Amino acid sequence: MDRTLTDAALLLVPIAAPLFAAAVYAVAGWGRATAHLGTAAAALILASGIAVAVSVAHDGPLTTLGGWLHADALSAFLLLVIGSVATLACAASPAYLAAERAADEGGSSRRYGALVSCFLAAMCLGTLAGNLGLAWIAIEATTIVTAFLVGHHHTRAALEAAWKYTVICSVGIALALLGIVVLYDAARHAGLSEATALNPAALTAHARALDPAVTRMATAFMILGFGAKAGLAPLHAWLPDAHSQAPAPVSALMSGVLLAVAFSQILRVKQIADAALGPAFSRTLLLIAGLATLALAALLLLAQRDYKRMLAYSSMEHMGLIAVAAAIGTRLALAALLLHIAGHGLAKTVAFTASGHLLQAERTTRIAQIRALATRRPALAGILAAALLALLGLPPFSLFASELGIARAGFAAHLGIPVAAAFVLALVAFAALARHTAAMLLGDDEAPAAGAPPKTAATARLSLAARTPLITGLTAVAALGITAWPINTLLNLAAQGGR
Amino acid sequence: MSADAQLLDLAAGAFLLAAVAILWRRDVRAQTAWLSLQGAALAAIAVILGADQAHPELYAVAAAVGLLRAVVLPALVRRAVTARAEDRESAPLINVGASLLAAVALVLLAYAVAQPLVRLEATTAARALPVGLAVVLIGLLILVTRRKALSQIVGFLLLDNGITAIAFLAAAGVPILVEFGVSFDLLLAVLVLRVLTARMRAVFGGSDLDEMRELHD
Repeated sequence: MDRTLTDAALLLVPIAAPLFAAAVYAVAGWGRATAHLGTAAAALILASGIAVAVSVAHDGPLTTLGGWLHADALSAFLLLVIGSVATLACAASPAYLAAERAADEGGSSRRYGALVSCFLAAMCLGTLAGNLGLAWIAIEATTIVTAFLVGHHHTRAALEAAWKYTVICSVGIALALLGIVVLYDAARHAGLSEATALNPAALTAHARALDPAVTRMATAFMILGFGAKAGLAPLHAWLPDAHSQAPAPVSALMSGVLLAVAFSQILRVKQIADAALGPAFSRTLLLIAGLATLALAALLLLAQRDYKRMLAYSSMEHMGLIAVAAAIGTRLALAALLLHIAGHGLAKTVAFTASGHLLQAERTTRIAQIRALATRRPALAGILAAALLALLGLPPFSLFASELGIARAGFAAHLGIPVAAAFVLALVAFAALARHTAAMLLGDDEAPAAGAPPKTAATARLSLAARTPLITGLTAVAALGITAWPINTLLNLAAQGGR
Repeated sequence: MSADAQLLDLAAGAFLLAAVAILWRRDVRAQTAWLSLQGAALAAIAVILGADQAHPELYAVAAAVGLLRAVVLPALVRRAVTARAEDRESAPLINVGASLLAAVALVLLAYAVAQPLVRLEATTAARALPVGLAVVLIGLLILVTRRKALSQIVGFLLLDNGITAIAFLAAAGVPILVEFGVSFDLLLAVLVLRVLTARMRAVFGGSDLDEMRELHD
């Protein structure tokens, strides 16, 4: 087939497949026949991710629709992560929704199916956009479609979370738009045409012609704005609320990939800014944002009483670490950063999905009310423990390798002090997470707290359909930790932007 | 000074004035009227620039921007205002006099911060550009100091109008597809916020954001 046609097909499938699934859900509703349509669409995203990755590794970047869609190694890698996390989260959805219906709570499954599929399409569009403006539109679209998913349970808390999420993210991302507008102005004055003035590759190539003062302003706005959506301080306040109130598979998608998709825009901005201004400017901004995020997450993890919020703050901790890795900016740091995104995405998906089963079985999100899980629900406890060990960065899971890589890259780049500070904060978070989890899994079941809701014995065993995605996810993180060969070439290519 | 330049300054002035008036009025209905005026001023800026730079594409953008920001969005907010008096009040955390003083400071700040952008090109449009940034900052002020759901939507719209004005004044607007995509997102975001406001009234019996305090650490 003609190269341009295959390129167009490869780049359009990951966006069109979930949109098609969304249309079917909207028309036909959620039923036995359609329950796994979302999973099929997610698997198609993964398949086209693999195809795009192979194509990029062989023949370089793909472009279609006059440059509006573009895939380089970074987007191919993110597409793989979106595909794998989405396949796991969508595969876990039918069991989650069935349990919710059995307990007679939650909103409409039809709307859930349609919105989750739209959410996937928007994330793929954000990743494949060859234009900062289009990427912005896609990322704001993720806020719009997930607002009602966060408010899926019609409770007071869910409503509060949905409101905060929509307002803070929309305002944050509006600041990114301001940055894009300012950068567009600089690019037009640097002689770029209307069609290329928002194209990251063209902007990087012509970076020297950009006005430095204006570019500095644009970079600051964009890092602040996309940082809001990536869960970085100071606009992070929505994250723990939204991630703890959304249905578990949606929390998994938001935490596992949405944060990464938003952060990838920061990587693109950083590339332009570094070419125009030298690395010091974006490095300082990212170090401040990353360390502040790490510090906040570590402090709030220490006194955490709710396990879903605990997982949300753990996401902030990992995003802080990723921001520090981006600040280091060497090839090793960027490769470790991408591996960290993949490992965190998969492990957090398993952790959030397992926490959803835990919530449905125990009817509480309080850490203090869950004790001796290891003896009462060994399968669930084992999966949760393994996912937490992965998130803590212990071998054999891939987060061990990526954290080691970030630390090595930091010391090699003479950023010893900030990197050491980052890892001290990560250690505090480690201790807090380990203590809370150990209490839940192994703690004494003797005297349950007064006023604890009665424990239902329902779903004492995790069904096969519920178990499979969890175990697959854990195996994938462990496999990535032992050998990264399938994605080695891609990681190296994607990290080439580094120095 | 040419007639075009004077018209542009007039439109930019009306644009800023509307933002200050929104800060001054406490009644959300009155605020939406000023929001309509601001949308019209924004469309006028696009028309004047289109005529000035012989850029006919801008007329289509101006028509769309005018329809959305002078008619549709203010109407969406106005229709969400219920008859109850307490709902119409925008409940500022700091009093109106202090807000107006803060607005003056923000306008000065906007002029200082926008200097690199103004220096890029010595046209009337670029000289009027700090007005857009001032409106962005006033929008943020409203978002921070007004604790009612509808006033937050108004603040968000102000913020977005300011960004669109900067895009017009700096570079005669972003590419048309991007502009339409952004407008579509904005419309959907306001619709989502409206639905959430209605749910909030049903669940909390009001739209005071300080009623929502279940989620904290």
